[in-house]
Amino acid sequence: MKHITTIEKPCINASANTGCGECQASCQSACKTSCTVANQKCQKQAK
Amino acid sequence: MIHAFRFHEYYLILDVESGALHSVDEPAYAVVQAMEKGWDIFALPYPERQIREIAAEVEELRAAGSLCSPELTPPKGTAGGQVIKSMCLHVAHDCNLRCRYCFADTGEFHGPRGLMAPEVGKKALDFLIAHCGNRKHLEVDLFGGEPLLNMETVRTVVAYGRELEQKHGKQINFTITTNGVGLTDAIIDYLNAEMHNIVLSLDGRPEVHDAMRPTAGGKGSYDIALANMKKLVERRGDKEYYIRGTFTARNLDFTEDVKHLRNLGFEQLSLEPVVLPDDSPYAILEEHVARVLEEYETLADYVLQSRQKEDTWLNFFHFMIDLSGGPCLKKRIAGCGAGVEYVAVTPEGDIYPCHQFVGQEKMKMGSVLTGELDADIRRMFAACTLLDKPACRDCWCKYFCSGGCAANAYLYNGDIRQPYSRTCEFLKKRTELALGIYAAEHRK
Repeated sequence: MKHITTIEKPCINASANTGCGECQASCQSACKTSCTVANQKCQKQAK
Repeated sequence: MIHAFRFHEYYLILDVESGALHSVDEPAYAVVQAMEKGWDIFALPYPERQIREIAAEVEELRAAGSLCSPELTPPKGTAGGQVIKSMCLHVAHDCNLRCRYCFADTGEFHGPRGLMAPEVGKKALDFLIAHCGNRKHLEVDLFGGEPLLNMETVRTVVAYGRELEQKHGKQINFTITTNGVGLTDAIIDYLNAEMHNIVLSLDGRPEVHDAMRPTAGGKGSYDIALANMKKLVERRGDKEYYIRGTFTARNLDFTEDVKHLRNLGFEQLSLEPVVLPDDSPYAILEEHVARVLEEYETLADYVLQSRQKEDTWLNFFHFMIDLSGGPCLKKRIAGCGAGVEYVAVTPEGDIYPCHQFVGQEKMKMGSVLTGELDADIRRMFAACTLLDKPACRDCWCKYFCSGGCAANAYLYNGDIRQPYSRTCEFLKKRTELALGIYAAEHRK
């Protein structure tokens, strides 16, 4: 494309086979005072 | 919905519902926004041929589901169901520091000082196992006050956790959050062996740290904390850690603190705005917001530049974003899981929705000693997803912050479902900058 360069393709997985809940709770990493969900790894993909 | 924003020389467009990120030229930046708003794109000051080219590209991406995507259909239920998988264990409601901004009221959490008995810690893990269902990965954060004041319970809980892992086929990731003052060689080696992640509280420049984090005797804690933390990180190898600081109204030039921490050799950094009511002299007030947003831009420039060289590379927690292997939609809607998947346990064995609610009597939701768990409070938190927050529905940042921190919302607005706008401003700015850094590092 001439005018638009895609840096990252769609990444929000909304399929039925999601929501296993094996990922880390978002407050258990380094924040403890805010909610930062989008930097959590998907445990299914990490396997 | 799209979100169009600038970062350095980039014109960026985030497709909110799909999470796709695009870098565009200046005419496309205007055309895509006009299309989204339903304006007449041919009224824009660009040649018609160029506008048609851009519109064709937009249509191609729309068809591929990566631009101007419709709102996602929310899946039913929260991530993985109603099990408890994470626990914050307050092994010590006591502290050897007297941090002036401590939300734990310098360790006491608005109650008596006290240490968790080893047996209470074991009961807490039994409670976790009893409520975790089929979940394999569990998390236990050893928290305080200062958890190193109660190493007996730390060691007992970890050893017991290892037994439970074997018995029940689970993996318990232990983490610890410490001010570092009580670290000895033996404790460092123990924590490095057992902890999945270690969060070390250090605020940055010595004068900043010491002004906020004095010892119980009134002296600064920087020197001893730093010496111990350096030793711990040097011996930690590739395992996870974070140097985690807090900034207040007294150090709004906090990029200097991040620089200081990086110059000390630390690579994994996090710095959080203080959480305090507005009547505190250290609180970040409405009048500070613009300055904080500007400072985040300064910090992003520093982080981007530093990451280009191996010897200055760093990871800043709030600029981390996972655009290829991040969480699924259910997780993004469910949020942090406080009160549902995540609970905090006091030295007495009382259960609260999260560590920030500890000591607020209305939010006490049970006890690991009796096994009691208040279904109403749990339901209230289960009904605190992104979909339950009207203010978030039309916000472009919703899938990154999941509607924000319930404790923040409760502290400032008295309602866990009404996000605190000041925090929202910070989150949105950090997310834009994180996406900008990502774009700069991943440009084709």
